[in-house]
Amino acid sequence: MPRPQLEDLQLRRLRDLLAKVYANVPLYRDKFDAAGFDPESVTSLADVARIPFTVKDDLRSAYPYGMFAVPLKDIVRVHASSGTTGQITVVGYTRGDIDRWSDLMARTYASGGMDAEDIMQVSFGYGLFTGGLGAHYGSERLGALTIPVSGGNTKRQVQILKDFGVTALGCTPSYALLIAETALDMGIDPRDLPLRVGFFGAEPWSENMRRQIEQALGITAIDIYGLSEVMGPGVAAECVHQNGLHVFEDHFLVEIVDAETFEPVPDGEYGEVVFTTLTKEGIPVIRYRTRDISRIVPGQCACGRTFRRMERVTGRSDDMLIIRGVNVFPSQIEQVLAGVEGVAPHYQVVLSKRGSLDHVEVQVEVAPDFAFDEVRALERLQKSVKSAIDSALAISINVKLVEPKTIVRSEGKAKRVVDLRNE
Amino acid sequence: MIEQVSVFLENSTGRLAGLTRALGDAGIDMHALMVADTAEYGVIRIVCDTPRRAKALLEGLGFSASLTPVLAVEVPDRPGGLADVLDALGNAGVNVEYAYCFVEPSGQAAVDVFRVDDPACEGVLADAGFRVLSAKDLYITDPE
Repeated sequence: MPRPQLEDLQLRRLRDLLAKVYANVPLYRDKFDAAGFDPESVTSLADVARIPFTVKDDLRSAYPYGMFAVPLKDIVRVHASSGTTGQITVVGYTRGDIDRWSDLMARTYASGGMDAEDIMQVSFGYGLFTGGLGAHYGSERLGALTIPVSGGNTKRQVQILKDFGVTALGCTPSYALLIAETALDMGIDPRDLPLRVGFFGAEPWSENMRRQIEQALGITAIDIYGLSEVMGPGVAAECVHQNGLHVFEDHFLVEIVDAETFEPVPDGEYGEVVFTTLTKEGIPVIRYRTRDISRIVPGQCACGRTFRRMERVTGRSDDMLIIRGVNVFPSQIEQVLAGVEGVAPHYQVVLSKRGSLDHVEVQVEVAPDFAFDEVRALERLQKSVKSAIDSALAISINVKLVEPKTIVRSEGKAKRVVDLRNE
Repeated sequence: MIEQVSVFLENSTGRLAGLTRALGDAGIDMHALMVADTAEYGVIRIVCDTPRRAKALLEGLGFSASLTPVLAVEVPDRPGGLADVLDALGNAGVNVEYAYCFVEPSGQAAVDVFRVDDPACEGVLADAGFRVLSAKDLYITDPE
């Protein structure tokens, strides 16, 4: 679609959306009124910059149904985020939303080179998480044979890949690597299988990891992007040129804003990604701040699509980490340490890869007044720190005790995390 | 009781060398050094001259040093010497956290160092005929 036509469509959809949420969602009405923003006053896409942002806390405070823009009888499905940092957030879909979502995921697959002849193994988790069912419905919509394996039981995953003649795989990138390793352990070279393409998302990954996956499985690895607050997978996806993710701009308005001033930045510059859903009925979101850091890739894509591309997400504007699929904030670790005697509140989290899995080492300073002439006491301390963090975060970590005053102090924002996973 | 300098060290190249060099450069003589280590860190226990000065010096250089009161007993340098002391401590119900031994080149006897949970055991050992050593017997003490 030519850009002028696309932008005309976006503006029409945006105006409809603003009128609808102003009428149906008290949270938006209050927000707009408080900011002196009149939804009727939007006459060009540039006016978007005047609309107040929506943040995760808005969704939390509306738990469970407060942000739904239609009566519950029109909602046919809900999904939810994990709620690692507090209240889970619930998102609802109308029949029409599921329909459009399926179309967008089918589009994701098609732009990555898949078609109705393919046999797709969906190894994203099925459940409240949007990954599994999102990937599933899209694959069916495309007309591909769809195998709903869900996550886990990796040996069985490999067996099905092999026995069912699977040609396309959908899962997290780290799980793709685990599947490849497991296959080799089982005496199966995944490169000999008919598998030819994979759609990977739901966690940050690097170009390096893409090459590893492509090498290990003998496939083309496509990066896909989405988040439950906006829809789930199918918000943006790479095409076969693997050079940035085309944002499906007929359904989502994308902005990149400065992560501190929240002013829009020009294409090509990094900032926080902000989405407005143009067609969602159940839970439309207006200028939703994702906290994901990326940029618009300038220029035209060789594929000819006019949708702009966002670069793979390089980081977060808050300090959230995604470790083995679990959202972790360093502040959670800080909180745990504050409750353990014998350690100082100084710590550093070092993330690395052991095989295909994330390895987490939390370095903790022993308190200067700790009686450290006894190895046993230190070992006890190490164990109690580990079990406290493990149970608070629901992931298994390693604790390394370090000498007092050795963790680098910072005068500004402390550098709590060293992420070596992409190196 | 004598004063032992305890240092918590990460296991990294040159760290122990740096520690001992620092003491050497300051003219502090060590009489015993014992390393208890795990894969990631070590605990260094040192009997040396002027332990308080040694501790202050090491702390100034960024080491985590503390002073630990330990029991030093002179034991005849013969088979069963250490066992006799341990028996005496055990009979008195004293728990030994750790122990190490060194031989003073001047004497015929060995020195056994114990970390115990009961300072009153000094009297128990003296009563049993063992010579409990004072700081002055072993090292140059810090000026008061």
